[in-house]
Amino acid sequence: MKKVVRGFYSVAYAVKLCRPNVVCAYPITPQTEIVENLAEMYANGELENCRYITAESEFAAASILVGASAAGARTFTATCSQGLILMSEVLFNAAGMRLPIVVANPNRALSAPLSIWNDLQDSMVLRDAGIIQVYVESNQEAHDMIPQAYKIAEDKRVMLPFMVCLDGFKLTHAHEPVDLLEQSLVDEFLPPYRPEVYLTTKKPVAFGCYAPPNIYMEFRVAMQRAMERAQGVIEKVFREWAEFSRRDWGGHLEIVYPESRNFVIAMGSLVGLLRKVVGELRKEGLSIGLVKLRTFRPFPFEDLRRVLGNAEKIIVIDRSVSLGYEGNLSIELKSALYGLSPEIISMILCLGGRDISKENLEKILRNAVLGKEGSGFKGYIEFEEVVP
Amino acid sequence: MRFFGRGHGACPGCGLTIAVRNVLEALEGKCFVANPTGCLEIISSQYGKNAWGVPYIHSLFDNVAAVASGISEALKAMGREDEGKVVVFAGDGATADIGLTLHGMFDRNHDVIYICLDNEAYQNTGHQQSALTPLGEATTTTPVGKIMLGKMGRKKDMIAIALAHGSPYVATSSAVLPADIRRKVKKAAGIVGAKYIQIHCPCVTGWGIDGKEVVKVGNLAIETALYPIVEFENGKLLTVRKLKDRKPVEEYLKLQRRFRHLFTNPEGKKIIAEIQRIADANALKYNIDLKK
Ligand SMILES: Cc1ncc(C[n+]2csc(CCOP(=O)(O)OP(=O)(O)O)c2C)c(N)n1
Ligand SMILES: [Mg+2]
Repeated sequence: MKKVVRGFYSVAYAVKLCRPNVVCAYPITPQTEIVENLAEMYANGELENCRYITAESEFAAASILVGASAAGARTFTATCSQGLILMSEVLFNAAGMRLPIVVANPNRALSAPLSIWNDLQDSMVLRDAGIIQVYVESNQEAHDMIPQAYKIAEDKRVMLPFMVCLDGFKLTHAHEPVDLLEQSLVDEFLPPYRPEVYLTTKKPVAFGCYAPPNIYMEFRVAMQRAMERAQGVIEKVFREWAEFSRRDWGGHLEIVYPESRNFVIAMGSLVGLLRKVVGELRKEGLSIGLVKLRTFRPFPFEDLRRVLGNAEKIIVIDRSVSLGYEGNLSIELKSALYGLSPEIISMILCLGGRDISKENLEKILRNAVLGKEGSGFKGYIEFEEVVP
Repeated sequence: MRFFGRGHGACPGCGLTIAVRNVLEALEGKCFVANPTGCLEIISSQYGKNAWGVPYIHSLFDNVAAVASGISEALKAMGREDEGKVVVFAGDGATADIGLTLHGMFDRNHDVIYICLDNEAYQNTGHQQSALTPLGEATTTTPVGKIMLGKMGRKKDMIAIALAHGSPYVATSSAVLPADIRRKVKKAAGIVGAKYIQIHCPCVTGWGIDGKEVVKVGNLAIETALYPIVEFENGKLLTVRKLKDRKPVEEYLKLQRRFRHLFTNPEGKKIIAEIQRIADANALKYNIDLKK
């Protein structure tokens, strides 16, 4: 049923359709409305076999879900920014215990200075946690991603937490027509969560052992292998979803104009604007294509090598930065393309909600393709720094 | 032991394991255990040497109350409450210092029996002070020096905190009182909500006592009124362990290396006097002394 809804509702409604057993979160802008909507559904008795818990912090929310997930429950939380990094100790732990908790993260900048606006710095902090990270472009894609997230995370070959990243405000608060899924379709697509091992008095097991040097490494190797297997499982589930819903969002990547000599690569809602910009530049006669990176962890390096290995220039759009080095996606891409020869231009834009106009984006991409624009921060106002 | 013990690595005489065994026996093993990082976790949950005969989870040092709350809620959501009670075994550091999720558990009154195993310091990491370390104790972070004689603060009153939260059942006990532990745990198991039981657990290495002195030292903590054994239901004081001849605190202190400096340093007398005042205040507060 197509309805004009806001991003947070499209996520909350999809979560309800996935029949979670425990939902637990802590308010933080611009995530709050996701859990507020779930709270409303809960208050109206619309969440069956479910407990909605108002945690006292994000740290507690994630911890509650660790207990719940280990006990065999399907779990959901949403957070971002300070909340996500407050959860980080727990999320690393949940990944190590192989708990398929699903987290929605409406990306938001990190403090200081305090900013409630969008960039991708928060989820980058969790890059190494053993959590699957997928970035979506639209609210329909966010809505569709939730059942897929559970199916992938709970797959016996995977069993890792899953983070759905959607741009804070830009998606969460945008009104868009979204084809809201039917319960019957989700039920058919997503089986109930039945883990092989969980906390039960019928067959006692221990979660969260301590591992001396003779065994710790093997656990980490197993996590890496699960991430590697997740590559295939994600592709399979994405394809299955395309058949089920008749909406094909692509694989780890979506490639627009694959025959191009130059490419721009980005994640999240900015891809929407880039589609238009790239279209305009092509009208001018530039050979430029677009790569939308959907899966950030596991990083689809083989797909990227195949698609981008022979490109002349790749313009990487980053909305986060590893201070002291460069944009996060650039770092990843350069590593993935090691030994191949495309020129990589790394652009960092839109930090803390800074807008970039279509014209400006067009200009810097055009100039980059023509060799007149280099790497670095774009779209900031030059200022004189006072260094005492 | 059916529920705990096979292959655990605790020191001989460890108070933690005595307490744990009695709690699990009282619940007849029908329980889920959540345990934060600390001595108990390290001695019982090494990969391949799991000593637990009940479902067990260790997540982090600082989140055990929330993890337990999550188990309890998940069991409700899935209609599996009958499987057993949710029990926390947490150290004093995990409870009174870093474990802030305890307050959320109390606030929302999750159905959990929270047991604080109080050995009065961070023993796992080598005897550093916690909020439950008593006045005058020498720890590695409150050492005896030229201007400082061990911990110079007081022991945090977790009982008052639990009561202030409206916890339906709050009690203290001691590893040297197995029957008392069992009775209180059984009682707690029959009450819905977030229960708190703090068990005094002698630590042979941290306290500097001999394994065979554990019972004597543990009893002296009670007999001096330094560790009042009390029980509250719905905020009302139910029982107090009374004393006929309350002993002076020196008798307790002098047996332990952690307090030895109080007897050798000229300033030690003042601190012993202050510790005696604490014991007297406890006796008065709970009306511990039996009239002769
Ligand atoms: C966030 C964090 N900080 C510090 C530690 C190190 N640490 C592990 S156990 C522990 C002390 C445990 O003390 P307590 O809770 O009293 O338990 P005990 O070992 O005394 O039984 C500390 C400081 C940790 N694991 N995690
Ligand atoms: Mg301790």
